[in-house]
Amino acid sequence: MTLQTDPTTMASAAASGASTPAGGRAPLIEARGIAKAYGAVVALDGVDLDLYPGEVLALIGDNGAGKSTFIKCLTGAVIPDTGTIKVDGQEVRIRRPQDARDAGIETVYQQLSLSPALDIATNLFLGREIRRPGFRGSVLRMLDVPAMRREAREKVQDLGITTLQDITQAVETLSGGQRQAVAVARAVAFGSKAVILDEPTAALGVRESRHVMDMVTQLRARGLGVILISHDMQNVFEHADRIQIMRLGRRAGVVSPRTHTMQQTIAVMTGAATLDADGRVVPSDEAPSGATS
Amino acid sequence: MTVTHLERRGSTPLERLQLLLHRRPTISPLVVLIVASAVFGLASDRFLQPSNLSLILQQVAVIALLAVGQTIIVLTAGIDLSVGAMMILVALVMGAFGGPLGWNGIVVVLLGLMLGGLAGGLNAFLVVRIRLPPFIATLGTLNIFVALALILSGGRSTPGTDLDPFLTWTATAFAIGDFRLTMGVVLVLLVYLVVGFALSQTAWGRHIYATGDDEPAAHLTGIRTRRVLTSAYVLAGVICGLAAWALIGRVGAATPNSAVDANLDSITAVVIGGTSLFGGRGRLAGTLLGALIVGVFRNGLALMRVDVIYQTLAIGVLILLAVSLDQWIRKGRSAS
Ligand SMILES: Nc1ncnc2c1ncn2[C@@H]1O[C@H](COP(=O)(O)OP(=O)(O)OP(=O)(O)O)[C@@H](O)[C@H]1O
Ligand SMILES: [Mg+2]
Repeated sequence: MTLQTDPTTMASAAASGASTPAGGRAPLIEARGIAKAYGAVVALDGVDLDLYPGEVLALIGDNGAGKSTFIKCLTGAVIPDTGTIKVDGQEVRIRRPQDARDAGIETVYQQLSLSPALDIATNLFLGREIRRPGFRGSVLRMLDVPAMRREAREKVQDLGITTLQDITQAVETLSGGQRQAVAVARAVAFGSKAVILDEPTAALGVRESRHVMDMVTQLRARGLGVILISHDMQNVFEHADRIQIMRLGRRAGVVSPRTHTMQQTIAVMTGAATLDADGRVVPSDEAPSGATS
Repeated sequence: MTVTHLERRGSTPLERLQLLLHRRPTISPLVVLIVASAVFGLASDRFLQPSNLSLILQQVAVIALLAVGQTIIVLTAGIDLSVGAMMILVALVMGAFGGPLGWNGIVVVLLGLMLGGLAGGLNAFLVVRIRLPPFIATLGTLNIFVALALILSGGRSTPGTDLDPFLTWTATAFAIGDFRLTMGVVLVLLVYLVVGFALSQTAWGRHIYATGDDEPAAHLTGIRTRRVLTSAYVLAGVICGLAAWALIGRVGAATPNSAVDANLDSITAVVIGGTSLFGGRGRLAGTLLGALIVGVFRNGLALMRVDVIYQTLAIGVLILLAVSLDQWIRKGRSAS
């Protein structure tokens, strides 16, 4: 089977309700037992995750459920207390964000990670600058600013991002939505294996949000794995192949939009229900958390 | 070229000025330097004479050199209170080895640069590993380095005549037209060129700016911010070693009693040069201008027979004006 996604296979696989899409494909990312505590606050309590090539895995959960902390553990922004991560079946030690990048995993963090005083092109190439050819690049280590600007312009254009006009504009002069566009553009343009997006459409207008989701669809079609964190259930149900529900620092279950309704999913997310081993939703004995009305 | 949002937004002349100064941070120190030179030139016939201008260059050389290291640190949103102390320490060690112990001058200079790097490495360790605020870390090492210098030298100076000639080579003078320059001045300009190139043209420079701008963000981008910070402090130490060499030439001796104000003067040059103490913005060229401004003010006021106390007063006012200007420029930015 090729890397190209076959939607019917994905659908039927997901319909099984289990957490693994069939096709015998190995997961891109396999996380097991990721735990992280901040003093007395247990942010993550042994979370697992499987991300397959050519799928969009949504990660949902209430505020403070541990979604951001979890993906930070996957990308080296946070070092988990325990747990293992495999990329392409190989156990890896991701100790800093550059390690994840080297593995082909790009991330848009919730609080973005742009350098305000530097311009868009510089931000896109931060940490992977292009040097001049020949002596000036190899010995003098001189940056090829024109090349980086040209490529940045091309990438932004290829991605169809129309909100970014002047590539030499400092990021601090951009609107919130434009900044988000820069962060998304960087991840999408350079991700070669997986792209992780933590609420990438939070600051975006309707048109721009749709555009980001189009990019996600394209990434999936190219065979990349996408982890999408979002509070927008409509969006999640429209685009995700599988949905991993996080609750109080744990994985409350993995469902599929094809086998579970939004109501069921939200019930599991809020603790009003739980998933049994067969993926059935059973009302929970535990009282729903105070936050839910 | 496309019109940016900002250029459209900068509607009033004042806003446009704010934008211009933000994009070109060296403009304000350059204007100050030119205006000050013109005023002093009118006030005193001697001020603009080549001999006097050469003198100013020699007077500011050591401070200008220290200010290079200081600029790198300030760009990372830090501050190094120990640059002057590192310089004195290195100068005295160079004096001891190049004088009484009679070591080869070239070896001694290399030793001095290594010692400077080591001292900078201690600062880096405290800031990067122990996570002390740079102000506190370097306040501590400032005292340690001064004490070490005095312990090692026993408080004694080594006169230039007792030193290996290579150690006083920075005092070697030569003429260009009516100007008399020293090798020390050349060394300073060379350091500005090299470090200026590294800051503006290499990935390392971009990473310095990004780290100072927003360290957590830079780290998430994949920049190894700890390594970047370490390199900044070590490099600043090495530059202090070079400054020690220039100092021996300038004073004509390795002595603990010189350049006591060097530390604060280096920060003054950086601040007047338009580098933001909040990190991430500024130009090394601005620092050179800042050092020259300080030199021009001191020299010009002295020629006008203004008391040293009032020179210091003028520098103080300059610092406050420069920082206020920086705040104003930054405010225009965050409001957008
Ligand atoms: N640096 C930190 N120090 C202390 N506690 C932290 C830190 N980061 C996260 N936490 C805690 O970990 C828990 C999970 O936080 P996290 O940001 O992962 O939630 P989230 O699911 O992303 O929420 P949201 O939907 O609001 O973004 C929270 O209780 C939070 O307070
Ligand atoms: Mg979050």
